[in-house]
Amino acid sequence: MSVFLAALRKDLLLQWRTRAQLVAVFVFGASALLLFSFAVGPNAGVLRQHAAGFLWLGLLLASTLALADSFESEMAQRALEGLLLLPADPRALYYAKAVANVLQLTLLGVALVPVMVVLYDAGTARVGALVVVVALGAAGLSAPGTLYAAMTAQARARNTLLPLLLFPLVVPALLAAVKATSLLILGDPMGQLRAWTLLLVAFDAVYWSLCGLLFERVVED
Amino acid sequence: MGTLAVETIGLSRRYGRRWALRDVSLSVPQGSVVMLAGRNGSGKSTLLRVLATALRPDHGSARVAGHDVQAGRDGVRQAVALLGHQSFLYEALSARENLAVAASLLGRPLDPGVLARVGLAARADDPVSSFSAGMRKRLSLGRVLLQHKPVALLDEPYGELDPPGFELLDGVIAELRARGATVVMATHLVEHGRRLCDRALLLDEGQLVWSGPAAEMPLDALRGSAAP
Repeated sequence: MSVFLAALRKDLLLQWRTRAQLVAVFVFGASALLLFSFAVGPNAGVLRQHAAGFLWLGLLLASTLALADSFESEMAQRALEGLLLLPADPRALYYAKAVANVLQLTLLGVALVPVMVVLYDAGTARVGALVVVVALGAAGLSAPGTLYAAMTAQARARNTLLPLLLFPLVVPALLAAVKATSLLILGDPMGQLRAWTLLLVAFDAVYWSLCGLLFERVVED
Repeated sequence: MGTLAVETIGLSRRYGRRWALRDVSLSVPQGSVVMLAGRNGSGKSTLLRVLATALRPDHGSARVAGHDVQAGRDGVRQAVALLGHQSFLYEALSARENLAVAASLLGRPLDPGVLARVGLAARADDPVSSFSAGMRKRLSLGRVLLQHKPVALLDEPYGELDPPGFELLDGVIAELRARGATVVMATHLVEHGRRLCDRALLLDEGQLVWSGPAAEMPLDALRGSAAP
């Protein structure tokens, strides 16, 4: 536990020191939301209907940049290898990085919500529930995203490889997150929100347990 | 011969189709300071990285501090501190934060004397990205010191250091020797190494071609092809 906390502190400190990059990632996500709104057209009803899907699409695209950045500093001077040789438990290092990425993606997702509200006229009174869904969806992106970012960090075509590997894997979690967000925005007359949220939690549990097991094989020679 | 800190038998490692190490068998007694010499590309860094468990060997075996580098990887890592070509440092963090990360992952508080020992106390809170190559090397040396491991593997430790840095490093090696640690140091400063080290190992094209007392290492072996 102490290794996890020490690594988490390091990851949060690194994120804080490179926070300018997060602003750039947010601008990228907001730009994506803006472009998607042009594609739908001016019909307010249609915009509202598609708002949740576009929010998650914007967050998914922006997340590939944030996740790739999270391993930039680990690979630049082989800092991650230095930690493994100390030795530090690879699983603790993975979970610390993944938790730090969840926090970053949740922050990014929450920051994109007002952009969605303005562009798509898609607000919700259940702000707390929306933040929970964003956090759960961010966890679904972060667990495999952190693993794949570690895998691709030293590849020449990492910017292409990361989305290629990540997108197909996160489709189930993304569908659940989109559906839950959509129910919060458009209303939930059939009471389906709980079921979709639980499905999202289940996908998260699968990702977090499997990716934690695989990380050591990915980072060791 | 006393206890061996490092022992390899038929150790080989290749990158693709090129063998970086071929059938290397050597032994390093505990508490000795050993120079690892050889031309560029002779396999020095690969050997140190295999001994530190940063790379897996393709053939042969190696034991460090009594642990096999493959079967007992964690034991080796508990015993070895590596100073590599890469600094293992985070550019965005300060010198103090970098050492604190390593110390906290080792489960101990940061000894504030380490930064002073490597001459970086005045720049302790500056980000590593603002450091010169020599200062990064000093900080990496501090990272090795704070680990208090019984085996130190130093890859080109004199590279990028200024004359005071040379003295500092000589002092650190003397300190490690006094502590009873084993030091294996890859270097091109053979004359200096002959004075400082007890033993020498000479690699050529991935093969061990000479080993013996450092003072007796043939200097001409580094030029042209080496003779056993």
